[in-house]
Amino acid sequence: MKNPLIKLAVLAFFFGAAMGITSTVSAQEPMPSDNEVNAIARDLFCPVCENTPLDVCATQACAQWRELIRLKLSEGWNEDQIKQYFVDQYGARVLSEPPKQGLFWLVYVIPPILIFIGVIIFIKALRNIRAIEKEEMALEQTANEPDEYMSKIEEELKGLKNANR
Amino acid sequence: MIPDFGYGLILISFGLAIYSIIASVLGYYKRSFKLVDSARLAMQLMFPLITIASVLLMYLLATDAYYVSFVYEVTSRSMPMYLKITALWGGQAGSLLFWAWTLTAFSAAVTLREWDRDRDLLPWVVVVNSVTAAFFIGLVVFFENPFAKFWQTIDGSVISAMFQPAGAVPFTAPDGQGLNPLLRHPGMIIHPPMLYLGFVSYVIPFSFALAALITGRTDDRWTRITRRWAIVAWLFLSIGLVLGGRWAYDVLGWGGYWGWDPVEIAALMPWLVGTAFLHSVMIQEQRGMFKEWNMILIILTYILVIFGTFLTRSGVLSSVHAFAQSAIGPAFFIFIGITIVISVSLLIYRWSDLKAESELTSLLSRESLFLLNNLLFISILIVCFWGVLFPLISELVTGQKVTVGPPFYERATGPLFAGLLFLMGIAPLSAWGKTTLKTLGRSSWKSAAISTVVVLGFVIFLKMYNPYAIIGFAVVIFSALITLHEFWRAASARSRVQKENLFVALWRIFGKNRRRYGGYLIHLSVIMMAIGIIGLEMFQTETQGTLRQGESITIRDYKVTYTDLAIFDTNDNRNLARAVVSIEKNGKYVGELYPRRDYFYESQQPMTIPGVRSTIEDDLYVLLVDWQPITTEGATFKIYHNPLVNWLWWGTYLLIIGSLVAMWPQKEKSSVREQRKVSKSTILDQSEA
Repeated sequence: MKNPLIKLAVLAFFFGAAMGITSTVSAQEPMPSDNEVNAIARDLFCPVCENTPLDVCATQACAQWRELIRLKLSEGWNEDQIKQYFVDQYGARVLSEPPKQGLFWLVYVIPPILIFIGVIIFIKALRNIRAIEKEEMALEQTANEPDEYMSKIEEELKGLKNANR
Repeated sequence: MIPDFGYGLILISFGLAIYSIIASVLGYYKRSFKLVDSARLAMQLMFPLITIASVLLMYLLATDAYYVSFVYEVTSRSMPMYLKITALWGGQAGSLLFWAWTLTAFSAAVTLREWDRDRDLLPWVVVVNSVTAAFFIGLVVFFENPFAKFWQTIDGSVISAMFQPAGAVPFTAPDGQGLNPLLRHPGMIIHPPMLYLGFVSYVIPFSFALAALITGRTDDRWTRITRRWAIVAWLFLSIGLVLGGRWAYDVLGWGGYWGWDPVEIAALMPWLVGTAFLHSVMIQEQRGMFKEWNMILIILTYILVIFGTFLTRSGVLSSVHAFAQSAIGPAFFIFIGITIVISVSLLIYRWSDLKAESELTSLLSRESLFLLNNLLFISILIVCFWGVLFPLISELVTGQKVTVGPPFYERATGPLFAGLLFLMGIAPLSAWGKTTLKTLGRSSWKSAAISTVVVLGFVIFLKMYNPYAIIGFAVVIFSALITLHEFWRAASARSRVQKENLFVALWRIFGKNRRRYGGYLIHLSVIMMAIGIIGLEMFQTETQGTLRQGESITIRDYKVTYTDLAIFDTNDNRNLARAVVSIEKNGKYVGELYPRRDYFYESQQPMTIPGVRSTIEDDLYVLLVDWQPITTEGATFKIYHNPLVNWLWWGTYLLIIGSLVAMWPQKEKSSVREQRKVSKSTILDQSEA
């Protein structure tokens, strides 16, 4: 074993054997379960059927797509990679919501804007109430305050009474 | 012969609708009540004619008349009789005829009433009803004729037409295609008629609203006349929606009842605005406010009814381009456009007459809270409308289809629905006109405290840590306690004063104010439904696994064991794969379930029917996903555990009872009855003179 070439060959043999064992082990690892597949399929929509999530679609095509997810999972792909794969293959319609980009932003932005306008109208109606309430309070206060005109009349009446006496 | 007769009747009905419109308008302007009455009678005559036409079509469906193309499309010889008859609304042409039928029935019913006090409204009520009827009957006459027959042309091809093309000979197919398997469910037999009845009933309040706008009688007369119709419409639509959910739960095999599908949303949208209207109209009656808003709501409801029918019937949902290709899509589009233009123009014209008689005077008054309730309903409508419309806009602008699915709707509408539930609890405590925070707090703090304690108990003892569920249950319990307390308060007060038994007192308070206490029963039903929805949405669990016979899978407290599987053909052209699974709960045997997969040979469509064990506490929902075809030793099952879902279905029964109580006519006091008799005889005397 003094020959470095022989050493290298032996090392290569053991390395190769180790790699073989490792790959055998990974091949024997259990395939991803139905629940793991469904966890991803749930967020994807069938590219063919209308508005049907992939995890519950009963067609043969969808069963094959679920198997494709299983295969990708077994190859070490993560959830985002698998979803992106489906988007690349079949378009954004396979996602349960439009991606947050470009024109698709409108789907998220328009409802809050319209609801906000509604809230403003509602608040405006409530402000009117406050104005009315303030007005009422002011009226009440005025009613309690002595009226100059009335006190003048009262004074004059008193004066008349005194004069009659 | 029968198809020709049926088509003839529809054609005559279309003519009557047109006559009714013209005669009514002329009668109004010429001030000829005879002409208006003639228009009314013409409109009423449409009902028996369309009824006979519908019965004839049912007869053709029941007798396997496969020379009629509609019969061929929706039935087959192997279908049971009840499905053949109800296939009337299983296809496009038949369902449009059914729409027209229910509409003419309601129009006839509403014009049977006494018109002594409302003669000025009658012409325009007739016009609006007849225009709507003319539109739907016109669709049947010109685009979707259910009586069209098969003809074989000289080149051997088979075409569908009403009248014999030159050189063609009649053709009869040996068997039909059969009804879509998904529609062969008891829920689907009742669900479409309920929805249609709900849709059609809203035409009545709309027609009165428009009549009020045209004639300038913008007081609350139109709301009082149509109050019961609005509740009837709301009830039918509610039942239709729940039945649709039940059908989805039983047939679609995904363990849920609501998938935020555009077709579902199309039916939900008029319901949302209709519910807002039911609340808002009370403010007009009590305080003379929101007159313009109520007009907007009822117009919007009608437009959404037509829009919903357009969405489901024009094919626009499958592709925006299908709309232009479909025969009826553009017709619907034009009709909706004209309705909007006319309604909005009238609204602008009468805007100044719709001024409120009083103003909002308190932040926490009942009318303010009802306004907030309306804001929440309309906000949910905005989310739904935009969610349905956006995929069409995306396809039109970018050519790219997108899905707007459950996560979008649930995130956006969840807080809004929670807000509505809270308002449902607090609003009955608030008084008309003026309420202070102090009085509201005083009457609600006990309910708030109890609901907090109960929810804390859920957290501590049931380990319920989901924040959305905590908020949801707190709001639900709070609203339930307040509503129940309202019953208790009224009944105990009456019992004390009248010295009656508490139950007798409770019964009698319903009689005293049916609308209010019917409304409270509806609130309780909504609370029950909310419990079911929270249970399923927040706590549903699922698992899937492939089992060999004798093997088990567990989910929550349940153990499901695969026992057997049989594959066989049935007489009605189905191939069934039926599994037997035994169920144990907490180690105790509780029974067997039979999930199955039906394969329909005619349509080559599979259908997954779950095996379900239902209790008040939860549902165990087992689906047969796959199996080894020859040995049947192994089979794959998908199992859902759906807590509390039955509360949703049971709540519906209470909703029906509550609606019936609310719409039941209040007993007239004898003095009022006498007064009516006198005024009626005076009117008759005057007209005779």
